[in-house]
Formats: sequence, structure tokens, C-alpha cells
Amino acid sequence: MADDTLLDIKGLVIEATSYPPGEPPKEVTLVHGVDLKLRRGKVLGLIGESGAGKSTIGLSAMAYGRGGVRLTQGTITLNGRDIRQASARDLRTLRGKEVTYVAQSAAAAFNPAKRLMEQVIETSLAHGIMTKPEAEARAVMLFRKLGLPNPEAFGNRYPHQVSGGQLQRAMTAMALCPKPDLVIFDEPTTALDVTTQIDVLAAIKEAIRDTHVAALYITHDLAVVAQVADEIMVLRHGRLVEHGDTAQVIHAPRQDYTRALVSVRSLEHEEKPPAPPILRVEGVTARYRGTNFDVLKNITVDLAPGQTLAVVGESGSGKSTLARAITGLLPPTQGRIGFAGRQLSRELKGRTKDDLREIQMIYQMADTAMNPRQTVGTIIGRPLEFYFGLRGAARDKRVQDLLDQIEMGKGFADRYPAELSGGQKQRVCIARALAANPKLIICDEVTSALDPLVADGILKLLMALQSEAQVAYLFITHDLATVRAIADKIAVMYKGAVVRYGQKSDVLAPPFDDYTDLLLSSVPEMEIGWLEKTIAHRRMESAGN
Amino acid sequence: MRLPFTQTRLPLAAFIGLSLTGIFLFCAVFAQWIAPYPIDMAVGGVWESPSAKYWLGTDTIGRDILSRLIYGGQITIFVALASSALAFSLGAFFGFFAAVNGGWIDQTLSRIVDLMMAIPSLIVALVMLSVLPLNLTVLILVIGVLDSTRVFRLSRAVAVDIAVMDYVEAAKLRGEGGAWVIFREILPNALSPLVAEFGLRFIFAVLFISTLSFLGLGIQPPLADWGGMVKENKDGLVYGKSAALVPAFAIAALAISVNLVADWVLTRTSSLKGGRGG
Repeated sequence: MADDTLLDIKGLVIEATSYPPGEPPKEVTLVHGVDLKLRRGKVLGLIGESGAGKSTIGLSAMAYGRGGVRLTQGTITLNGRDIRQASARDLRTLRGKEVTYVAQSAAAAFNPAKRLMEQVIETSLAHGIMTKPEAEARAVMLFRKLGLPNPEAFGNRYPHQVSGGQLQRAMTAMALCPKPDLVIFDEPTTALDVTTQIDVLAAIKEAIRDTHVAALYITHDLAVVAQVADEIMVLRHGRLVEHGDTAQVIHAPRQDYTRALVSVRSLEHEEKPPAPPILRVEGVTARYRGTNFDVLKNITVDLAPGQTLAVVGESGSGKSTLARAITGLLPPTQGRIGFAGRQLSRELKGRTKDDLREIQMIYQMADTAMNPRQTVGTIIGRPLEFYFGLRGAARDKRVQDLLDQIEMGKGFADRYPAELSGGQKQRVCIARALAANPKLIICDEVTSALDPLVADGILKLLMALQSEAQVAYLFITHDLATVRAIADKIAVMYKGAVVRYGQKSDVLAPPFDDYTDLLLSSVPEMEIGWLEKTIAHRRMESAGN
Repeated sequence: MRLPFTQTRLPLAAFIGLSLTGIFLFCAVFAQWIAPYPIDMAVGGVWESPSAKYWLGTDTIGRDILSRLIYGGQITIFVALASSALAFSLGAFFGFFAAVNGGWIDQTLSRIVDLMMAIPSLIVALVMLSVLPLNLTVLILVIGVLDSTRVFRLSRAVAVDIAVMDYVEAAKLRGEGGAWVIFREILPNALSPLVAEFGLRFIFAVLFISTLSFLGLGIQPPLADWGGMVKENKDGLVYGKSAALVPAFAIAALAISVNLVADWVLTRTSSLKGGRGG
């Protein structure tokens, strides 16, 4: 039997030095003896939450450790030789020739001063794999295969002249151009909008199939990996949790952790009936100072107490701008914002302390939403001081109550944000919003920077707090699974306008308008073959028109 | 406040800087007790060579150079510290104020600062000091105000970065006033670059005072300062007398040692900038 094993990792241990705040540096083990085997032409999905070690393992396939990371034990056999022990010279010929890499952010990976073609064929020329005309011909062939517009001329453009999805495909072309044996895809579609992701995913899958390259596909999204991978490895805390065929992992997961990952998307929420609104946004139009382009166009939505309005749309659709208009950070040029029976001033300066108190905001990045030089106690305690004049013991007690409410125990009040995990940080931000006793909380993509299980916990907490305190949420998100899990009402935004608005059951039921249809059908489902089915369906529809 | 110790051992350069700076400060504070002779008394012959009696020799009218160096250090360091402190209070406050408010406030303040920086500070200082009465207060005010333009630039740049953070927006949405935003949200996060800059500004103040004194517009006799001492003794260089070199060397040593400390502070705290990373 011919051995078609391309990559064989055995007992891989990866260590790094970490610098926890307030403590001396210490050695941490990122990967604890992981085995991995990849055959030629196959795709292996590495899945796990952040810190699971998936990128670290992926990069070890080219014997590379990111800043301060050391591959300390085990063997990494690529094409029959151990590359962990390889010399720097050998590694230089190996990287870019036998193994290539596709990074998450194509925008950060391309040199903005050089044309795409020059960068796509650079590795092939540097390794002397092919001549310039050959490489260019191959690049054009790959551009065509990846569905890029006008493949002959595409390479003449600069990175800023193409869209994010196109750039990600150009990077895939760059990785495939030198005819490598193995490509490492590190979250290649995570930074893209869902409507773009599906096209890029389909292009990557087709290109992998046609070039017979083997691939490591790293992602945190099980539904995405289900579309492209032959096998899936589930990782957690640097250890293997489960390894199996894609179908087995998706449909019959053996481990509890995998089962939890699979079921994350099936949160259900009973829609509440319509009620008199607390927030009324009427005909709001807004533009940024010094521009003559309306970023919000005649927006009319409302929201009842204790209910959730989900605002969905892709990036640049005006979701966050709507939040800025409601909070007064971006005064609307037209329209009115009514809240709790009164008219809110357009400008932040014109609002009363109660206006400010009753509308609170939670941000996407909890990291930047908290002052790193203030303790959790100060962060949560300040609104109590500021709005209610609480001082000393009364304040500390209320802070502890709030910490209990967000399911964080004692001992957190003295900690700094850097000493908290991502989920804990977001919980503290929720507590800060709750401290003001608000009637409305604007949640701006509050779960999109979190791992699925952590995000799940945050959503459950938000729902529990809602039924307790009858606070209304304006929930901005691009993730439709989240929308299903929490919304009572939905507003779909596209290019600054609301294209579809109503009760959840109405918005999510056909007949759809074109954009909502596109958006809904682009969300990957945990089903093998979903990608092909959807793409085929779309081609049929566009042929029909 | 807890600080992360990215380096548990003190680097050699920082050790040298800290000990030299420490010695200078000690001498400055306790000048009255350390100096072997009074500041303004001719105790020996003109330009005597260093000896057991006069460790660093005597100056142009026979005063002990070591004693004058110690007293001179006191006055130089005091004026430099006072003017740097003034420069930082003014510069940092207006820099943060401009960054937080933006718009025409920022434009006006920044253009005024540009205007001040467009004219060489030595010339401005010379003009101001020729008009104003010559005393320590005026000297400190002039140096402090001129130096504050540099501090303004730095603190504005640092604060502009911080002012767009979500936690500053959250404070504004809460309805916090400018004072809270500046002193509680921005200042703690801007502190480490500012502390390092303080060291550098202090050195520039020392050099500036020395320059002014050398030109006769700085610290006036009978007080001694290092720049003035170089001036008094410069004629000795022609006759091969080293008296002018001693205060010059002291200026250089202070500049280098404070720089070493500033470097160390910057590397030690920069990983904490904004509390992220490292």
C-alpha cells in the first residue's frame, strides 16, 4: 500500500512564556501532546475556541511558532522528514514551497503599495518554482477558479481597490500559486460578512478540490468547517477532544464538549406579543459632520419595555450608527427619538441625567470598553456614585449585588480588567450598564468577539436579566443565530435603511425581499452539503431570471 | 496600583542612572551640610589645581569649585524641576483638554502652540528675560511656559488615541464632566509616556538654564549655577586651567543619568500602555 500520508504530527508539545499582570513571568504549555495525521488531498478541520491551540498547531505544520512560542517535544513529519529539527535553511525552502498559509485578515497581510499580481506570484518566483510568465498564467487561472471578476486584469489592481472577500480569495490564490502540498487556512472567512463568506467558502472549496492540495482548515465555526472538511479535530485547552469524520462529529458527537458546540445554535426564544413602545425612533436620518452622505435614511422603529429589537445587517449597513443616533453621539439631521413618553434631545449635551441613565450601552469589545487602570469595583461603582450618590459601604454592597447578578462571585471587585477572561469582561460591562437601573440597553455586537459557548452564557444571562428587570434591549448583531435566540422584533438594515421590520415570526417567514433572502440563506447550517445546495440553488435562480 | 514587573532584575544602565541621579539629588538637597566651603567666599588662590584641600581646585577668583558645584547643582536642579513641573501641568492639561474637546478648541490651542514653537525658544527666552526682572520666579515661568508647548504636543497625541476608546465614550454617555474624563479616564492611561517624557524635559530644562546663565540672563550672582560657572571660568581654558570643564562635565553627567532612568521607566511601563498586551 502506497503511503499517502503527507503530514504526521506525533506527541507535539508547545510551550510559551506568559507575562500575567502583577505576577512574575511563567512557563505555560499551549499544546499537550497532540497527534495529527493528514493524507494528501484531504482537508482536516481544526476547531475549538480561542486559546484551544488550533492556530498554534496549524502553524507547527510549517515548524513555525509565533512570538515566543516554542515547539518543545514531538515529531512533525512532512513529506517523510521531521521538520521540527530542520535547519533554518531547510525551513526557508519548505515554507512557501511545500506549505503555504492563508491568514484571517487579508487586508493586513497584503502590502498596500504593491499590485496584487506581484504579491501573488512572489513566492513562486522566490523559490524558482516557475518562470514569471508561467506564474502569471497560473495566477490568472487561479483567479478564474476562485471566481474573481475579470481574472486577466485582476492582478493589476492594488489591495485597496478590491473588496474584503476578493482580497481573501486573492490570498488563497497566493497560497495555491506555488503548487504546495499543504495549505493552512487560519480562519479565512471569520472577518467577512456572512453574505460574502458563502462565496469565499465555495471558492476555497472548489480550488482545494481542483488543485488536489491538502489543507488544514482552522476555524471556531463548526457549521463552516462542516462544509469544507473531510475530517474534524475538536481541540480544547491544547488537548484533543474528539477526532472523526465530519459526518460523525456533526451528527453523532461522542464527547460532551462537542455536543455543546453542536447545540449552541439551537437556543430558542419565545416571541413576546406587541406592546406600547418605550423607544420610538421616527424618520431618523443622519450623516457624519463634513459629509453629504446620509448614513441613516429615514429609520422608523420602536421597542416595547422588556422586549428585544434585533438590528441585523452586514458591516457598513448603519447598525452601530443607529445606536449612536439614539444615544445622542451622532445627532440626527431629521426625525425624532421618543423615549418613555418624552422627546429626547438630539444632542448628547441637551439630555438630562435621567435621559442618560435610562439608556445604557454595552460594547462589542469589552477590552476597550473598560478603563484598564480602574478596578472592577470602580468601573461598576462609578454609575452608582454618579447617578444615585451611593458612597462607601452602601456602594460596595450594591457592587457586590451586581457582581452576584452577573454570576461572578466575591473577590472580583479589586481586580483589573486585564485579570479577567473575555466572558468575565463582558459580564462586568453588563453590570456597569445595570448599575444605572436603565430602561433600555443598547447591545452592540456584544457576543461577536466571544467564543460560542461563552457567548451562549452571555445571551442566557441577558435574557434572565431582562425577565427580572423588564429592561428593553436594542440588540445589534450580524449573527442570525443570535437573532433567533433573543429577538422579539427584527429590523434588517441594508445601506443605511431598514429594508424589513416587524415581529420576529413575520420577518423570518417568507415571502422575503431579496436582501433578507440573501442574508438568511447565507448563514451556514450544521449540515453536510449545505454549501453546494445553496450555491446550486442560487445559480438556478439567477439562471431563471 | 500594582505594576507588572516585566523585568525582575534591574538592568545595569538603569542602575548607573539611578545611582548617579540619586547622588545628584542627595547633594542638591543637603548642599548646606555637604559643601566644605561657603558658596561665595574666596578661600584660595586663583585657579588652583585640585588638591586635598580643594578637591576640584579653585575658580577665577579663588572660590572652592566643589562647593560651588554642589550649591550650583542645588539651584540648577531646583529651577529645572520647578519649570518642568510647570511645563507638565500646563502642557498636559491643555493637551488633554484639546484632545477631549476637539473641534475649534483643539484647533485654536494647537495653532497657538505651533506659533510658539515656530520661534526658537532661546530667542523668545532671551527677549522675555531682557524685558522682565531677573529673578528665579521669572526664570521658572519663562522656561516652564516655553517647555509646555512640547508637553502639549505629546499629551495631545497620546490623549487623542485614548479619547476614542470605548471607555471614554462610555464616560461621556454617562454624562461625566470634562474633569473626570481628563483626570480619571485619560490621565492614568497616559501616565507612562508622560513620566518618561518628564525625564527628558527635565534635562532640556537643565541645558536651557545652563545656556541662559552662560549668556548672563539665567541665574544671577551671588547664586551659582553650572552654566554660570562655565562662563566665569571659560577664560581659564586658554591658560590650560580645567576649572570650566568641571561644571560642564557635571551637566553632561546629570543629563546622561536622568536619560538612563527615563529609558528604563519607558521600557518597563510601555508594555502596560493602555493596560493591554505583554
